[in-house]
Amino acid sequence: MGYKILFKEEVGPGAYRMIIEAPHVAKNAQPGQFIVLRVHEKGERIPLTISKADKENGEITIIFQVVGKSTKHLSLLNEGDELQDFLGPLGMPSEIDNFGTVVLIGGGFGTAVLYPMVAAYKEANNHVIVINGARNKDLLLLEKDLSQIADEYYVTTDDGSKGKKGFVTDMLKELIDKNVKIDRVFAVGPVIMMANVAKLTKQHNIKTIVSLNPIMVDGTGMCGSCRVEVGGKTKFACVDGPDFDAHEVNFDLLMKRLRMYRTEEKISLEKFEKEIQNG
Amino acid sequence: MGKIKPKRVEMAKRPVEERIKSFDEVALGYTEEEAIKEAERCLLCPKPTCVPACPVHIDIPGFIKWIQKGDFLQAVKVIKQDNPLPAVCGRVCPQEDQCEGSCVMGRKFEPIAIGRLERFVADYEAKVGNIEVQPVKEKRAEKVAIVGSGPSGLVCASQLAQMGYKVTVFESLHEFGGVLVYGIPQFRLPKDIVKREVEYIRKLGVEFVKNFFVGRTRTLDELMEEDGYEAVFIGTGAGLPRFQGIPGENLLGIYSANEFLTRINLMRGYKFPEYDTPVKVGNTVAVIGAGNVAMDAARSALRSGAKKVMILYRRTEKEMTARAEEAENAMEEGIEFHFLVNPVRYHGDENGWVKEVEVIKMRLGEPDESGRRRPIPIEGSEYRIPVDTVVVAIGQVPSPIIAQTTKGLKRHERRGTLLANEKTFATTKKGVFAGGDVVTGAATVILAAGAGKDAAKYIDYYLKNKDKPNIWEELTNS
Ligand SMILES: Cc1cc2nc3c(=O)[nH]c(=O)nc-3n(C[C@H](O)[C@H](O)[C@H](O)COP(=O)(O)OP(=O)(O)OC[C@H]3O[C@@H](n4cnc5c(N)ncnc54)[C@H](O)[C@@H]3O)c2cc1C
Ligand SMILES: Cc1cc2nc3c(=O)[nH]c(=O)nc-3n(C[C@H](O)[C@H](O)[C@H](O)COP(=O)(O)OP(=O)(O)OC[C@H]3O[C@@H](n4cnc5c(N)ncnc54)[C@H](O)[C@@H]3O)c2cc1C
Ligand code: FES
Repeated sequence: MGYKILFKEEVGPGAYRMIIEAPHVAKNAQPGQFIVLRVHEKGERIPLTISKADKENGEITIIFQVVGKSTKHLSLLNEGDELQDFLGPLGMPSEIDNFGTVVLIGGGFGTAVLYPMVAAYKEANNHVIVINGARNKDLLLLEKDLSQIADEYYVTTDDGSKGKKGFVTDMLKELIDKNVKIDRVFAVGPVIMMANVAKLTKQHNIKTIVSLNPIMVDGTGMCGSCRVEVGGKTKFACVDGPDFDAHEVNFDLLMKRLRMYRTEEKISLEKFEKEIQNG
Repeated sequence: MGKIKPKRVEMAKRPVEERIKSFDEVALGYTEEEAIKEAERCLLCPKPTCVPACPVHIDIPGFIKWIQKGDFLQAVKVIKQDNPLPAVCGRVCPQEDQCEGSCVMGRKFEPIAIGRLERFVADYEAKVGNIEVQPVKEKRAEKVAIVGSGPSGLVCASQLAQMGYKVTVFESLHEFGGVLVYGIPQFRLPKDIVKREVEYIRKLGVEFVKNFFVGRTRTLDELMEEDGYEAVFIGTGAGLPRFQGIPGENLLGIYSANEFLTRINLMRGYKFPEYDTPVKVGNTVAVIGAGNVAMDAARSALRSGAKKVMILYRRTEKEMTARAEEAENAMEEGIEFHFLVNPVRYHGDENGWVKEVEVIKMRLGEPDESGRRRPIPIEGSEYRIPVDTVVVAIGQVPSPIIAQTTKGLKRHERRGTLLANEKTFATTKKGVFAGGDVVTGAATVILAAGAGKDAAKYIDYYLKNKDKPNIWEELTNS
């Protein structure tokens, strides 16, 4: 059994990259797919995007941002430790093709999800433009990795501490205004960011895909925790997605559903932090 | 046996006040004396009517006779010839529709409590018997894959291992047992019983692989073409929850029964925050539907702190599909039953939380294809019921994943069930068999277990004759 952590590194404040030994998962993993893991016996099942799959060595790379109890707990594990459960690959692979010019937009933990997509679009011979956004320069993730692969790389920060001051949508608008011919946009990050990207690209009729991140349990289509509304229809993001046509997504509903367990998430994290303090 | 004893021996139950505060098992089972006393009521009919009414035809008078003599281990042996999961089935079978429903005693008096006796001897064996594994007579080289660890998969695996095959069970979740662990709550079926069965099957030499989603982790074709499995049994159940598709169904606080029960049972949500997975149970809970799943959801909600739990059902008490004992337990525990109402829409607050369910009153019309009278909405009779949490328990269908990802595997267009021969369980793909809920649609534990057992016979037959020309035609046309 055993899903061993082979490598761990901090890639930003509260953000980590881990390589996990999981040959079953690595064998068939494709860009856009994710895994579900449990840190310990009493743990929650949390979904994380497959950042890289090394089929030969049977290894999966994940990149995650600490936001609550489970990701905090995960961040405290070290090389050599084993995860309780690790299931994947899950979800539909992203539709990757030679579309022409593709703009990939990542914000917050979304940048972690974005990374494998950038590589995949590049490999399919697209002209790849990356917009990496964060609140300030310290929170920017994966700068080196992304700027190395992308044909064009832009940064935006809310406070202007690095790159363009403003939101990722401001940068996207600048490109559109400069008449850059954009064939496709792929965006992932906070819901509000994805919603704003969708609004902008709809005005300009640019096909846009977003990777949705609703709360999941099983990740195999048997519970409906992950349900989202796309084109007025209910979809299960874990099996029908996580990628969807941005112009069809009900972002308001997604935003609300992500808040369903606010109170419990706080209780869980506070309890855990107390436990850490008490050793 | 002397005089007819009209009344069955009562089985002790935890008192209501105590049980609604915990997930401990409600029914406590017979003592040895009680079991013998109940067994002595049986007339041991020479032509028993109960046996044909049992989906796996357990020799019921045969095992009851041993109980009368006080030899409980012999009794359980008799049962196990036909049903490998007596501790489970004794607890969850709808006996009133099967064996007990056909018991001759039942025509005038109370039927023999066959389920309680089955449960008693199985628990007795677990307590005192040494459930030893018999070494297999003949080892076979072929590898067989079982997809899904519900009752159908577990029983199929156990049978094939005893025939000497190398068997691997692939399960997508992190625990084995299917609905028995993620669906049916502790207070009806303690998890230890399922663990015990799994451990026994493991001892038979079956390999268990968790976190393995066939169709994604590996496709079925890869298992057969690359990983060397010569036959496959699909027992993936009916796990895709249905919703009504009415406005507001995605509001916060509205769960599918599968999600609600999975959070509570598999993830132990009722022990949050000791366990990390939360479940939201408000003061007032409405459960839509009146089958076993609905009863389990309603009673779980009560045990998780709800003050008022309602069952909303569009037909009447008579058409409810839940086991009689569970409906009775639910009523005893104070669950409210609202019959002849059907939700038409949900209303929420500004944060997206469900606040009210709007229902329409129904009346019963002519019988439909299920033989039950069709519910018909009464126009203009809509009204609203305030709720904090809703659990939708209106049925499950098989997930499409396995058929979508396997070459040549066909399913029923409308029902979504896999097509398989009724007798041999052979599917439309050579070497692949299927049984349980994935073929029948949501049904029962005993039917799934029986399918797994019978399929094993035909898998054995297939593997011994696989080079015979037209073997698959033979299996799919019989
Ligand atoms: C398909 C998919 C892929 C994902 N990939 C990644 C990834 O590669 N890297 C990464 O860092 N995160 C990813 N996420 C999000 C990640 O699953 C959540 O951050 C994680 O479950 C939070 O668990 P927690 O116990 O630490 O926090 P919780 O205590 O559960 O939540 C803390 C905060 O995070 C928010 N939150 C909870 N669940 C999610 C969620 N599913 N998505 C977004 N926010 C959430 C809550 O609203 C809350 O504000 C992905 C989510 C999905 C559905
Ligand atoms: C809440 C509830 C209460 C019930 N109460 C009763 C009762 O009282 N009495 C009764 O007789 N019946 C009851 N039933 C019905 C009964 O549980 C089912 O009929 C029975 O479990 C079906 O068994 P199965 O083997 O077909 O599948 P399941 O028990 O559904 O098991 C299928 C297993 O396959 C796994 N799986 C699915 N897809 C894949 C895949 N692609 N790869 C790997 N693994 C996969 C699933 O995770 C699951 O563990 C109840 C059902 C529910 C949901
Ligand atoms: S997470 Fe359960 S259905 Fe998607």
